[in-house]
Amino acid sequence: MDFNFSKAQLMLKKTVADFSENVVKPRAEEIDRSGKFPKDLFLEMTKMGLTGIGTEEKYGGSGGSDIEKIIAVEEIAKYCGSTAATLSIHTIFASVIGKFGTEEQKQKYLPVVCSGGELGAFALTEPNAGSDAGSARTTAIFDEKTQEYVLNGTKCFITGGGLAKYVLVFALTSPELKTKGLSCILVERGTPGFSIGKIEDKMGLHGSETAELIFDNCRVPKDNLIGPLGKGFKIAMTALDGARIGIAAQAVGIAAGALDESVKYTKERVQFGRPISSLQGLQWYLAEMATKVECARWMTYRAASLKVSGMPYTKEAAIAKFNASKVAVEVTDKALQIHGGYGYMRDYPLERMYRDAKITEIYEGTSEIHKVVIAREVLK
Amino acid sequence: MKIIVCIKQVPNTSEVKINPETKTLIRDGVESIINPDDKNALEAALKIKDENGAKVVVVSMGPMQAKEALLEALAMGADNAYLISDRKFGGSDTWATATILAAAIEKIGDYDLIICGRQAIDGDTAQVGPEIAEFLNIPQVTYAKELELKDGTVRVKRFCESRDYEFEVKLPTLITAIKELNTARYPSVKGIFKAYESDEELVKVLTFDDLNVDETQIGIKGSPTNVHRSFVPVKEKHSEFIEGNTAMEKAKLLLTKLYENKLIQSGGAK
Repeated sequence: MDFNFSKAQLMLKKTVADFSENVVKPRAEEIDRSGKFPKDLFLEMTKMGLTGIGTEEKYGGSGGSDIEKIIAVEEIAKYCGSTAATLSIHTIFASVIGKFGTEEQKQKYLPVVCSGGELGAFALTEPNAGSDAGSARTTAIFDEKTQEYVLNGTKCFITGGGLAKYVLVFALTSPELKTKGLSCILVERGTPGFSIGKIEDKMGLHGSETAELIFDNCRVPKDNLIGPLGKGFKIAMTALDGARIGIAAQAVGIAAGALDESVKYTKERVQFGRPISSLQGLQWYLAEMATKVECARWMTYRAASLKVSGMPYTKEAAIAKFNASKVAVEVTDKALQIHGGYGYMRDYPLERMYRDAKITEIYEGTSEIHKVVIAREVLK
Repeated sequence: MKIIVCIKQVPNTSEVKINPETKTLIRDGVESIINPDDKNALEAALKIKDENGAKVVVVSMGPMQAKEALLEALAMGADNAYLISDRKFGGSDTWATATILAAAIEKIGDYDLIICGRQAIDGDTAQVGPEIAEFLNIPQVTYAKELELKDGTVRVKRFCESRDYEFEVKLPTLITAIKELNTARYPSVKGIFKAYESDEELVKVLTFDDLNVDETQIGIKGSPTNVHRSFVPVKEKHSEFIEGNTAMEKAKLLLTKLYENKLIQSGGAK
């Protein structure tokens, strides 16, 4: 049993922490208020190779694994939940292509998203298919004459969907087979018949754009099928298993950031003639917050470490995400409370962290779905 | 094109603790970093490498712990790293340090350009760079805020308090960098893996025996500088209230005091 980071991982952690504090932190408030996706920060992350973590160097990636990925996501989330979400969700595209794509597809698409400064997106959710992803209605019917898939339908709540160069769309190639007729099809930005619908106005995570994607007789070549025909549901579930670890890391980072702010504030804030950190009531808050963050962190790294070593990790990833997202909501709530009136003001980062934290209990599978997954594994 | 960059590992604090007996720095418990100006020097070299292609070699003199600074430089994109380390080098002042570094640079050889940081935050002498140039008998331009490579020469904008100077210098030459020169890059993920997960020993260590250096010119004995006393300067604040009956009177008094203390030059205000 080894709970230690390697030298390279420690250096990566330090590097991303520096980057996050010096480059991301000064931008977080403005990103939240403007609601604009910070393309420049994405390009900075590309330059450092963060967007290519988990993909082999020969495909334009930076090497490394899920451990390095979540180290980066956690450090960035300490200061900006949105930027961390962008990085975490962006890498799902490369993980799907890397695992299920053909050699040709890997060579064509991976360098563009790993080191080319372009976003990738993952489109599974539909207005009537959220937790029940299997009931997706978007179709991709094969046209024998032109050898193309013809997509029709609407995807919603797609992170980066309106900005991405490539979107992985989960659509029914055989509607009569329902879930077993679901396939993964890559659609490129600008393809005729593919348009961006509503850009959502969210409670938090303002710097991460969430879009509706509309497919109206959108034709894509046969070669854009990713993985075997009819295996879309399996591909999506595999991708989500891994993605959950990334969201758990984002949640850990948000909670850790809120804890750091609270520690700083309680030492500086003087009431009743002494810093409020000397009050046992607040010390106990901090102790509980630190305990939760630490537990959430190591469950998350444990799930990632299982994945990296090729062991089953579905249960651990679900536990890590279920717990970390709960911790993010609880810790940001307590942190805001510690800050009192200042916590409620937009001049302090707490209210943003509080709003950003909530989504972690909802996206990439709700907490309730995670309990279903965990219970299924426990009862096996 | 071969660029040698000299870097120093320094404690990351402006409040340096000093051992009162030996009058040397206490490094225990203080995080070590690459000296900030030296990072600008390295960035300048890496930029030339990105744009024109060059081999960037980093050199540091220090204890074995300074390997960490060299690994970070490799992660940022340097090609080779040399640690100059030997018990005999301990206690060297700027003269002795420059003597050793110049010998190490001679040993590495074939350099076109040497870039150093202006000065280290733990010593603030700004002497080592210029001294290396003197020992190597090559031209130098200090305090570079802009640097451009052109047809075998370097164009340097040198920062001075009242004005900037522009120089064109033939290679080989030595430049010292200030923070205005650039913003140092972060190590890349690939660079980190390359530097920290290599099976090879990436940092080559050069000792006294590897260098052609006169033993009487190095270490504590070869150092002409003796540290008489080291201390953290006490910051003193004096405030004085200007008393007077009217605002005009107070303003006049204030002006007089400012003239007297030569804080402003006399002009038309009187």
